Amino acid sequence: MGYRKKNRHVGIVGVGETKFSSHREDVNQAEMIHEAVRQALDDANLTMDAVDCVVHGNMELFEMIHQPDLWHTLGSGSYGKEAFRLTTGGTTGGTLACSGDNLAASGMYDVVMAIGFEKLQEGHTTGGITNMADPLWARKLQSGALTDSTAVKLIEEFGADRARRAAMTYRIIMDKHACLNPNSHRAFGLEWDQMDELMETSPPLIGDLRLIHMCSQSDGACVVIFASEEKAREITDTPVWVRDHITVHREETLNLCNNYYPTDTTHRFAAEKLYERNGITDPLEYFDVFEMYDPSAWWGTDWLKEFFLLAGDAHLKLVEDKEIMIDGKMPINPSGGVIAANPIGATALVRVAEAAKQIRGDAGPHQIQKPVNHALASAFGGTMWTVLTMLEKELNW
Amino acid sequence: MSRRVAICATAQIKNEPDIWYQRFQGMLFDCFESIVSQTGVTFDMETGIRNVVTCSDDVFDARTISDNGMTDVVGAHFRGEEKTAQDGINGIGYAMASILSGHDDIILLIGHCKESQPESRHMCTNLAFDPFYCRPLGLDFLNASAFQARAYMEASGITDEHLARVVVRSRQMAAKNPFARKNEMVTEEAVMKSPMISDPIRELHAYPVTDWAAGLLLCCEERVHEFTDNPVWVTGFGSCMDSYFLGDRDLTDNFALEKAAARAYRMAGITEPKNAFDVVELNDPYAYQLPMWAEGAGLVERGEAGRWIEKGGLEANHVNTSGGMLNGNPVMLGGLARALEAVHQLRGEAGDRQVEGAKRALAHGTTGAAGQHHAALILEK
Repeated sequence: MGYRKKNRHVGIVGVGETKFSSHREDVNQAEMIHEAVRQALDDANLTMDAVDCVVHGNMELFEMIHQPDLWHTLGSGSYGKEAFRLTTGGTTGGTLACSGDNLAASGMYDVVMAIGFEKLQEGHTTGGITNMADPLWARKLQSGALTDSTAVKLIEEFGADRARRAAMTYRIIMDKHACLNPNSHRAFGLEWDQMDELMETSPPLIGDLRLIHMCSQSDGACVVIFASEEKAREITDTPVWVRDHITVHREETLNLCNNYYPTDTTHRFAAEKLYERNGITDPLEYFDVFEMYDPSAWWGTDWLKEFFLLAGDAHLKLVEDKEIMIDGKMPINPSGGVIAANPIGATALVRVAEAAKQIRGDAGPHQIQKPVNHALASAFGGTMWTVLTMLEKELNW
Repeated sequence: MSRRVAICATAQIKNEPDIWYQRFQGMLFDCFESIVSQTGVTFDMETGIRNVVTCSDDVFDARTISDNGMTDVVGAHFRGEEKTAQDGINGIGYAMASILSGHDDIILLIGHCKESQPESRHMCTNLAFDPFYCRPLGLDFLNASAFQARAYMEASGITDEHLARVVVRSRQMAAKNPFARKNEMVTEEAVMKSPMISDPIRELHAYPVTDWAAGLLLCCEERVHEFTDNPVWVTGFGSCMDSYFLGDRDLTDNFALEKAAARAYRMAGITEPKNAFDVVELNDPYAYQLPMWAEGAGLVERGEAGRWIEKGGLEANHVNTSGGMLNGNPVMLGGLARALEAVHQLRGEAGDRQVEGAKRALAHGTTGAAGQHHAALILEK
């Protein structure tokens, strides 16, 4: 038996996001989470009484809190509720969305609240990420999430000038989107005529990866409320339906033995499987928006090829022709994406929340002007892991 | 919910004080290989396992995203993996939902913890408290439990003698369990003379430092026959979170357990829990918790647990035939260990401690200080 029909459909009925910032010193973790919970409940016009189950996720060692959902009960509203805690690194937010879908579809819970958060100011993010590497084999080689292997790959493939320009074009587009999003942590107001200067002067981190290419470390929380079809229709006139999701991990030891991908990337593998089982033959045509977990401009540029199953330089052309801009053919990250804000445990859930808002049509200043019916959100984490979530405006598949 | 979820196989290594000779990957791989060889399950994208639910803890592993160290040994290379970062029994609840949702047919659940690795497990659990008010006071899961133990003993009339009986019995039962941590047999007198580590909790009232790993294979009803002819059905799951500040809670009132159990009983259609179970596995890292949770789960009236112990209620109700967490399971896995014992009993594979004709079992898990979060799982033959 292959992939089966869902027990029942699930809709997103409320979303909440805090303002993302390098430091939220005005609130503690539980208070920061409470901001997003409050917003999501208000958005859905619900109180905690309606919520059956709360799912919480982040990385313990970023803030050095063991089982933080216990303390965060003060702000998460989980008191008296069923409560799960699921964490998978950078993909945590994607996993939370999967769990919201699974738990509400199961029939065990009608309304599920997923909470992703991180307060990276309170720890040492690069130290924390480095600490994920195997202490015997890899930790001394790990430099947090910083790597220039993708830059090397793109430069080998397309030449230094074209690759560097594409990555910087991607970066400026993301900044232009970030400037439209009031929640952005970083929105610089970069202009196109700064491109050459930025490629020279932005401080290099590793090889061709420069500071300007890389995501921030942010404080913030995101909450998404999922409900069964029946409940979703009661709660809101504009539920956003979760059509499908897929998680693909890969083992880390192969990474050590082989610096380049020995097979497909998890991004491509996940995308192929997801499209195949949902009958999507041309993802570039099908989707109206893609919220990508793009930790750096190099990765974002390169991964377009994987997620849309492209070949040759089609992904570079999408960037060069600015088709990924908010008014382009395939808008990528109208929110500004991960380079604009990266509270890691929340980041991937923000992608889902932003995709849902685009479908509802109430994203605010960064709303895509064309109708948005089909949205894709990705998560990235661990040792090259992928979670993809597909959202739909109409329940008609 | 029309469909049911089954547990098709279990695997575990022996609970030991310090598995210095094996990394956690090796511990998990032993469980993994056992489940694959018992069931013949594959990781085929169409017919095999597409998702693995793991259970581990970043702080105890001293490793950010601790699940990235195990993706390969649990079979999640180009497959899904989702980590439960709380007692593994919640992973069973989550896996059950994932299967009932229709998203997955088969889920491998696998978890580990090496309590021997940190210099002090109490230093780890101190990190579970907020850094402003509680952490600087030195609260950890042991001394927080001591507050609860004192309050509960006052309220219920449970005495040092009752607790001594709980500890002695735990070790007697564990001696019959080949996977249990090997501990010395003790007398009630020795328990009552054991050093006070956090008044009123004595050294022998507290579970010893333990390393362990275990796994389960869960499957949808339609495909059970492919993997076993002796399935155990998961018929109920419920959990509940209590308040965080100890001072905000009535530490004796079993608020979270009562709610968690009521939810699981409702799902399983159980109205009278007192006589509903042939086997009961309660998660008791500290001895006082066994009678307290028995009250919370509705097996005994509130305040009656002392008399229940005196009258042989632990034996009559077949409570913790495994020896319980008190004999030694690591934190994060106490509830998972309870579920495994319940499965052994229902499958008739519990050896010298087998409860004849066991048809229905309650397994229970706790996460956090003094049982802030409870989960209850109903398993049936």
